[in-house]
Amino acid sequence: MKKTWAAYPYIFWIIIFTIVPMGLLIYFSITVKTPTGTIISMDNFRRFTEPIYLKVLARSLTLAAISTVCCLLLGYPAALFLSSRDLRHKNTMVLLMVLPMWMNFLLRTYAWLTLLERKGLINTLLGKIGIPPLNLLYNDFAVVLGMVYNFLPFMVLPIYSVLSKIDHSLIEAAEDLGADPLRTFLKVRLPLSLPGVMSGITMVFMPAVTTFVISRLLGGGQYTLIGNLIEQQFLTVGDWNFGSAISLMMMLIILIGMGFTSRYEKEQEGGGLW
Amino acid sequence: MKKGFFRILMVVLCISVLAVGCGKKNQVELNVYNWGDYIDESVLQEFEKKYNIKINYDTFTTNEDMYVKVKAGGSHYDILIPSDYMIKRMIDEGMLEKLDMSNIPNYKYIDSKFKNLEYDPNNEYSVPYMWGTVGILYNKKMVSEKPTSWKVLWDKKYAKQILMMDSQRDSIGITLKMLGYSLNSKNPDELEQAKQALIEQKPLVLAYVVDEVKDKMIAGEAALAVVWSGDAVYCIRENPDLDYVIPEEGSNLWFDAIVIPKGTQHKKEAEMFINFLCETDIAYRNADYIGYSSPHTEAVKRLPKEITSSRHAYPQEEDLKKCEVFVDLGSILKEFDRIWTEVKSH
Repeated sequence: MKKTWAAYPYIFWIIIFTIVPMGLLIYFSITVKTPTGTIISMDNFRRFTEPIYLKVLARSLTLAAISTVCCLLLGYPAALFLSSRDLRHKNTMVLLMVLPMWMNFLLRTYAWLTLLERKGLINTLLGKIGIPPLNLLYNDFAVVLGMVYNFLPFMVLPIYSVLSKIDHSLIEAAEDLGADPLRTFLKVRLPLSLPGVMSGITMVFMPAVTTFVISRLLGGGQYTLIGNLIEQQFLTVGDWNFGSAISLMMMLIILIGMGFTSRYEKEQEGGGLW
Repeated sequence: MKKGFFRILMVVLCISVLAVGCGKKNQVELNVYNWGDYIDESVLQEFEKKYNIKINYDTFTTNEDMYVKVKAGGSHYDILIPSDYMIKRMIDEGMLEKLDMSNIPNYKYIDSKFKNLEYDPNNEYSVPYMWGTVGILYNKKMVSEKPTSWKVLWDKKYAKQILMMDSQRDSIGITLKMLGYSLNSKNPDELEQAKQALIEQKPLVLAYVVDEVKDKMIAGEAALAVVWSGDAVYCIRENPDLDYVIPEEGSNLWFDAIVIPKGTQHKKEAEMFINFLCETDIAYRNADYIGYSSPHTEAVKRLPKEITSSRHAYPQEEDLKKCEVFVDLGSILKEFDRIWTEVKSH
C-alpha cells in the first residue's frame, strides 16, 4: 500500500512532463493549419520525405556516426587504461575525465570558438612555427570536434565501469592457459566489455544526432542538422506542426536504434549509466 | 496513523509541484522583449529605481523569432521593439494595443520625419526607438578597393572571408537588391533567382551570424560582413580599420519602434516605460551606447558631431535614394522561410 502511494508523485510527474507533451507532439504532427481551420493530415510527414529534408537527416546521421566512431576509438583505450589494475591515482584520473562536465556545456563550446578562430590560439601558435593560418572553424571538422569533445565522457564512463567490473580471475585463467596479452584482450576483455560499448554508443549517438548548439556555434549556421531544422520550425518559422513531425520521426529513429542495443544488452549483464 | 500521514505527505507534494511559481507579487513587473545588444542596460536599473517597477528583460535575434514567440502566447510581454514590417503585420493581426499618447508626453521629441510612416500611418500603435540601414562592413586592410556593390559578396577573391546575416528578410532582401529587384518582391521568378544566387554564394560564406558579427569583424576574422548600420558604427569605433558602405544598388531603410502587445496587464506602466525611453537623457544614453541612429531630436543634438555628421549613422538623402522600407509580405513569407531553409541546408 505504502509503495503505491509513494509512486504517485512520480506518476504525476511522468504524466505532466512525458505523456502530455508526447500527446501534444502527436496531435501537432498529424494536423495542418488551413485558413478554414485545423484538419488532420499526413502532409507534415510527407514533407519530411522531400529530398532537401532527407539530405539534412542524412548529414545529421553521418556526422553523428563519425563522432561516435571517433569517441569509440579515443574512448576505448582510455577506458582500458583507466581500468588497468596497476594504475596509480586511478580515482584522480577518472575525476579529471569527468571534471570538464562540471562546467557549462555552452561555455565549453564557446571556448572552442576562440581556440579555432583564424586569429585564435591554435593558429597563432602554428603561425609562430611558420604554418599559414588554417580554416579550422565553420566546417565539418569543427562540428565533429565539438561533438567528440563534449560527448567523449559518455563513451569512456560506461566502458570503464564494465571493464573494471570484469572478474580478474577470468583474465588470470586466460593467461594461465597460455594466452598472450592480445589474445586475452580479444577473447576475454573485449567480449565482456561489449555491453559498455553498446551503451556508450547510444549515449554518444543520441545527443550527437539531435544537437543544434554545436552545429550552430561551430558550424556557423551553415550546417543545418536535424536539431537545427526542428529548432527553426519552432522558433523562427512557427510551423509547430512540421516541427513536431520531424521530432517524432527522430524519436522513431532513436527508438529503432535503442531496440538494437537493448536487445544486445539483455543477453549480457548491462553496464553503464542507464 | 503512520500510513495516513504518508498519504497526506504525498498529496501535499503533488499540490506543491503545481503551486510553484504562483506566488503573490506586490511589485509590478514589466516584461520587456528587445533585440540583443540594443539598450544601455543601466537605463533599465534607473527605471526600476525611479518607479519601483521590476523589469524582466529578455532579448531576441530576429523579428521572426520575436513574432513566433509572442504569437504562440504564454510569454506575457508588456513591451516589444520590433521593426517596421513586423509592426504592420502585428497591427493587421490585431496583436497590438493602441497607445494613449497623453501618457507619453515625450513623444513630442520624436522627429516628425519618423511619424506617420507607412507601417503605422496614424501613430496609434508605436513610438520610434531607433532607425538605420543595412550595408556592408569591410576591413580596409583585407579589401583592396572600397566596395560599391552588393556583388562584392559574390566575389571569389573573398572566399571564406564573408559573413552573411542569419536573418531571412535581410539576406534575401539584399540579394534581390543585388539582382536589381525590389527587396519586397513577390515575383516567384525573382525569388527563385535570389535563392540560386544565395546557394551559389554559400561556398564563399564563412558563417551566417547575427550578433556575433561584431566580435568577428572587430577581431579581423572576416573581410566583409552584412550588418545593420548601428553595429557598423560600434565596430568602427572599436577597430578603425573597418568602414561601412551602403551599396549603390540601394538597401533596406528600417525603423524599430516600441509597441505594447495585446494582453498586457500593465498598459499604464508600459506607457510610463515608453515615455521614460523618450526622455532626452535616456534616449541620448541609449543612442550613444548602442551606436544606432536616434529619431529623438534633442538626443541627436547632444551626440558628438563626428557621429551625427557621419554618413554611416546619419546618412544623407542621396544615400537613401534607392533604399526601401520592408513591407509585410503576408502569405509570401512562407516562401521566404522555404528559400532560407533550402539555402541553409544546401
